[in-house]
Amino acid sequence: MSMIVGQPLDRKDGKLKVTGAAPYAGEFVVPGLVYGVTIQSTITKGHINNIDTTVAQKLKGVLGVMTYKNAMSLHQPTGSDPSSGKFAEKDLLPLQSERIFYNGQHIAVVIAETFEIAEYAASLIKVDYNEEKSVSDIHDPEAKPYQPQQGLGGTSPQAKRGNTDEVLNNAAVKLEQTYTTPVYHHNPMEPHTTTAFWEDDELTVYDSTQGVFGVQNLLSNVLGIPKNKVRVISPFIGGGFGSKGFTWANAFLAPMAAKFINRPVKITLARSFQMFTCAGRRTTTIQKINLGADSNGKISAGKHETTSETSFVDEFVENAGVATKILYDIPNLDIVQNLVRLNRGTPCPTRAPGEAPGTYAFEVAMDELAEKLNIDPLQLRLINYAEKNPVDGKEFSGKNLKECYEKGAAAIGWKDRSDKPSANKQGRYLTGYGMATATYPANRSKASVRLKLYQEGNAVAACCTQDIGTGTYTVMAQLMADALGLPFEKVEFKLGDSTFPQGPNSGGSQTMATTGPAVRAAALEAKSKAIQLAIADKKSPLYNVEESAIGVENGRLYVINNNAKGETYTQLLSRNKMPLIDVNATTDVTLKDGEKSAAANANAKKEPDNPFAKQDEKMDREKYVFHSFGAHFVKVKVDSLTGMVKVEKIASAMDIGKILNEKTAKSQIMGAAIFGIGMALMEGSVYDPNTGRIVTKDLADYHVPVHADMPEFDVQFTDKPDYNISLVGARGAGEIGITGITAAIANAVYNATGKRVRELPITPDKLI
Amino acid sequence: MEKKSESSTDEIKTGSTRREFLEQVSVITAGTALSVSLKAAKLPTNRKFYQEEGTVEVSFFINDKKMTLELDPRTSLLDALREKLHLTGTKKGCDRGQCGACTVLVDGKRINSCLKLAGMCEGAHITTIEGLAKGDQLHPLQTAFLKHDAFQCGYCTPGQICSAVGLIKEGHAKTDDEIRELMSGNICRCGAYQNILEAIKEVQKS
Repeated sequence: MSMIVGQPLDRKDGKLKVTGAAPYAGEFVVPGLVYGVTIQSTITKGHINNIDTTVAQKLKGVLGVMTYKNAMSLHQPTGSDPSSGKFAEKDLLPLQSERIFYNGQHIAVVIAETFEIAEYAASLIKVDYNEEKSVSDIHDPEAKPYQPQQGLGGTSPQAKRGNTDEVLNNAAVKLEQTYTTPVYHHNPMEPHTTTAFWEDDELTVYDSTQGVFGVQNLLSNVLGIPKNKVRVISPFIGGGFGSKGFTWANAFLAPMAAKFINRPVKITLARSFQMFTCAGRRTTTIQKINLGADSNGKISAGKHETTSETSFVDEFVENAGVATKILYDIPNLDIVQNLVRLNRGTPCPTRAPGEAPGTYAFEVAMDELAEKLNIDPLQLRLINYAEKNPVDGKEFSGKNLKECYEKGAAAIGWKDRSDKPSANKQGRYLTGYGMATATYPANRSKASVRLKLYQEGNAVAACCTQDIGTGTYTVMAQLMADALGLPFEKVEFKLGDSTFPQGPNSGGSQTMATTGPAVRAAALEAKSKAIQLAIADKKSPLYNVEESAIGVENGRLYVINNNAKGETYTQLLSRNKMPLIDVNATTDVTLKDGEKSAAANANAKKEPDNPFAKQDEKMDREKYVFHSFGAHFVKVKVDSLTGMVKVEKIASAMDIGKILNEKTAKSQIMGAAIFGIGMALMEGSVYDPNTGRIVTKDLADYHVPVHADMPEFDVQFTDKPDYNISLVGARGAGEIGITGITAAIANAVYNATGKRVRELPITPDKLI
Repeated sequence: MEKKSESSTDEIKTGSTRREFLEQVSVITAGTALSVSLKAAKLPTNRKFYQEEGTVEVSFFINDKKMTLELDPRTSLLDALREKLHLTGTKKGCDRGQCGACTVLVDGKRINSCLKLAGMCEGAHITTIEGLAKGDQLHPLQTAFLKHDAFQCGYCTPGQICSAVGLIKEGHAKTDDEIRELMSGNICRCGAYQNILEAIKEVQKS
């Protein structure tokens, strides 16, 4: 049945992007728009004695300077539901007091007719501080670790099963190592931007966000205005990677400034410094891993203890042990999480928060254990393969990891790997191979979609979700086309506007699995309504035909056994003088049992030929655990003279359910793996331990992967539909690609050089 | 798109203190590159400077259309394009010449428009992403980027495409590694590099 879903189609929004016509948050034409430039604190802890803005304010073209002395009062955001928005720094609403909690905190906004004047005026503001001693480094003796009880999404960051300490003590082979990862900055190409204007008491905001609905909710909360008076628009986002998942002060400062001077205001964070202080980061992690195994390689016990950082104004937990719980069949396991409060901005999710640094440490530890046991690293993973969820014994909704191992190993040429490190040397170059397991949960929540099927034979659906480059515009349209029986060119999916029905935020790789089923349900509903109309219409060739005997293809409804008998949507709707069929659909995996079976019956009716349609739209969490797996295999070449590492090839095989569009799915995996190259080899933010100020403050200091760093890629999928998560059959693709990859690279570097670097990034100085 | 460098020196009527100053600076700093620097420093000086407003007038050709702007002399070419002309296809990623998102073609050469003051572009022919397509007919690189999924979020894309136009015109890149090296000033955080390479190679061949 399915024809368009599964095809590697070009992106629907592609033409807008290649012609520069796609509008991002700072690019909307707003008459009378002026510019806000924010000023950051230059001390790390203390308070402001005085801000002297007089010179700046006298400058021609300056419209106002907003500080804690004159900014509007804000309300504390309420509600803990992640879909309703999360302000990253709950105890630091901007410009509300003279207190300074970190270096780079927003302390003023200069608003001027032009960006040039605003920037110059900002340089004229004099700030007198009263500085206090700060805690600016995780190793600071003043930093007091504590154990947080709540992680991301309310889960517990602490976990325990079995009798770890005793089993570890008695294990035949033991490993204990500590791994550290530095602070990473997301650095999406589009710096965080908010454009805001008021029309009487109504606020419109163009914001670069991964959660349009959440921003609307937060603005309503924080500014104290009704939700229906706030409209947030974000059709295009120039990358997020988590940094635009939580909401940052810029989203409030722009509307505050717009009110302050009664003009539309745009605030864009500067890449230099501001994107490194006020837009989130991945925290430092120090991860201690203990493993105990028998001489055959069966792991009996493990311990994964992480220390990460948070701020003094909110709590964020980079729960690096989260994936360790589910990776392998380890009967005795302790996951411990410590947090340290620092005078830095609050960290936030970064592509696979927890899993990305956690799989680095744990999968390197696995490589080290394999060496101790003299077992092939891939073999060690197979020996400890978890057929069922090791946490609770539940079945996986779909797990084909062994197939991923086979595909990846074949693609990289794993058989060419020597167990002995630095055995493969040609001239000055050492070659090495490494692998690691990838894993990420398959999340799904609630989405609503409105769909209009027009008499002209086209359809438009809308949902307040986002496309952060992941392909939402395209893949949702593919789902619509198949479910409605319309050509791909005749369907359009709209997103990024808070006036649309509520959709999920773009986090936790959940957009596809959450919005997809709602889009499909709406499309099936519209098709069903059209069929019902035809069946009841004496003038229709389909009059009195059973619904189950009617198919739709290319916009034409027809009798399945007699193709000649039929008519188009256009003929049907125009005869009935209906300009359109308008439907709403909501899919909600939090439905109660009674509601679930009603949904199931409705689905079965809509798709009589689809055996899976009889399932209800739910995630049976009693029976299944929903998790994706995969494997990365890496080949590196290391220059033994300079210590330069070149990743030669990455072969990734992913088991993420049905692949709806191979082109966009592959791009997700490759992009995430490239993020992993950065984590492994070059990225890492440095802070001055004395002042607490960031040193690597721009893209000249903070090195992200560029064209020249690219390896050859071989991305494969198992493409096995998971109808337990939804009738669409797809799990998320956005984050799994960054898990495991860093370890695979680090393991390959060890295999090449015999040098085990346990402190990322593996820069050349650490190899010579 | 082939751009002819229109000689802006024709319009020079008089020397000026600013020009002399630049020449002197060139002599002091440029050493052996003296002649080149002198040439570069020959700025047209018949432009209006509005003392009262603190603005200058500049005329250049954007996508073959002559534009005259009155600007704050501190305005970068990037901000002039985005904020004054609303040609927002050219992106601001770092404002420091470190990311390449603002790449445009000035007199056929790819540059970071954030590092160029708009006032220095008098008479220049500037091609932005908006000027590459001919009506509905996309530039071959735009078509190839679409086909090869050479972007995700799309924010670096105009810069990548303009840079690739410049790269192909330069004619230095023959191998994959050379293309990679010579495109390394354009960062793509989504990591579409492999697909960008494929797109460039396809157009290079044809």
